[in-house]
Amino acid sequence: MIVDIGIIAAKALMVLSMVLNLAGVLGWIERKASALIQNRIGANRASIFGFAGLGLVNTLIADPIKFLTKEDFIPPKGDRLLHTLAPCLALFPALVAFAVIPFGDILVLADRTINLQVANLNVGILYIFSMASLSVYGIVIGAWASNNKFSLLGGVRGSAQMISYEIAMGLSVMGILMIYGTLELQEIARAQGNLLWGWLPAWGIFLQPVAFLLFFTAAVAETKRIPFDLPEAESEIVAGYHVEYSGGKFLMFFAGEFAEIVTAAGLITTLFFGGWQVPFLMRDGFHFPWVGNLFLPQLVVALLQVGAFTLKVLFFCWLQILLRWSLPRFRYDQVMRLGWKMLLPLALLNVMVTAVLIVAWQSAPLKP
Amino acid sequence: MTSPMILFLILAGLSIVFSLLVVFQRNVVYSAMALVATLFLIAVLFLTLEAAMVGILQILVYAGAIMVLFLFVIMLLNPGLLEGRSIAWWILGSLAAVLLLFVLVPFLSDSGRLLPGQAPAGGSFGSPESLAQSLFTDFVLPFEIASVLLLVAIVGAVVLAKREV
Repeated sequence: MIVDIGIIAAKALMVLSMVLNLAGVLGWIERKASALIQNRIGANRASIFGFAGLGLVNTLIADPIKFLTKEDFIPPKGDRLLHTLAPCLALFPALVAFAVIPFGDILVLADRTINLQVANLNVGILYIFSMASLSVYGIVIGAWASNNKFSLLGGVRGSAQMISYEIAMGLSVMGILMIYGTLELQEIARAQGNLLWGWLPAWGIFLQPVAFLLFFTAAVAETKRIPFDLPEAESEIVAGYHVEYSGGKFLMFFAGEFAEIVTAAGLITTLFFGGWQVPFLMRDGFHFPWVGNLFLPQLVVALLQVGAFTLKVLFFCWLQILLRWSLPRFRYDQVMRLGWKMLLPLALLNVMVTAVLIVAWQSAPLKP
Repeated sequence: MTSPMILFLILAGLSIVFSLLVVFQRNVVYSAMALVATLFLIAVLFLTLEAAMVGILQILVYAGAIMVLFLFVIMLLNPGLLEGRSIAWWILGSLAAVLLLFVLVPFLSDSGRLLPGQAPAGGSFGSPESLAQSLFTDFVLPFEIASVLLLVAIVGAVVLAKREV
């Protein structure tokens, strides 16, 4: 009993610290990547005893210290309580959403089989969508409590944008749910270990390529980053909903945004790129088609899977940062048109085509 | 007292406090946020009853979508503080609340018993599969009628919005 609770607590702590630390590292990657893209050097000033470490050390240590020691300014005519509550509302859903994403299959330790996932909910993916829908409140409340016209404009833009793209995002994964026949993310990841025609892994990207494009677009829009950064659009409304935030509270908005990137990357990996699956790696080792088998101990298999998941997540984090520094911003009417008139009908069409194909081939669900 | 009971009392107490705040707050944004908190707490109550699907949908639809639209409208209109009500209004309102309580108490105190001809909920109760099964077989007609009703409301809203232009 105590051991079970300890295992769950350890898993939760591990995933939470992974998301938080990855958010911090992404802050550094974003600076260095933007510098690389714009032919600059990037953060290289601060150093500890002459050690700058490519700017990583100072970004991870100096930045938070600087943020936390800055004055916390609350606008005199703003709302003190809600102004303080808003960053918490923005950070909380971003941190807890990762709980249902599996980061490995199973780990056998001392006769105990541990499911490498924090919370095994039978409505897993709906839980992530519900947390994503709650993250609107941080923006809306922060914008309203600041008592600033730019903030309010950012908040109104943010709430309209996030509600619009939530619908497209939810509908775009319907095809995936129909093919794998479950809402549980661990089951979806396991089903992607099957092989199509004996050699192609049954990953979501091969079965639902259109859904991947729709979902990726909607997920970037949900994280409110360029090309969908209308709620904060620096050149139009200064910094939008967090224009009146400074110090630690701004850091919370900032960390929340990066945690959302990590969660989006984890969800894309799990739904479309096999989650923790390594191609041809089964529970007892590699089974290569035409070549032969390579049996491995369970611990090695589990480590390979967790490593593969981490690499995939890092790749999609990098892709989102690359997008942010290479694309221009949409106009607001373009954002709305893209969401309602392109993504939504395409997602509905994708659901219908998938349903027809599934019924025609009678091949669903692809369970192991 | 068992631990589920303690959990229930904490959740129920908090949701009563927040739902009272919805009514008594003068500031509209505070009222709306208290309603969000109430809906969230009720969703957690569903989770403790093993009905994860209903709980998550409650957060997704009510706390996450409908209340965001409420706040959207509140921010666009930006009303000030609500005015206080007169004493006569309070007396009438309290009377109505007490009458409602008397109607509800017999039902609530009976809720432990099963109605004749009903079996206790099985193990898969509240799972997505069983919910979809009953929605699309036994209750498909009411379900479709509800969706037609929503469609009528949407068309009505569009017609009203068009007329102004």
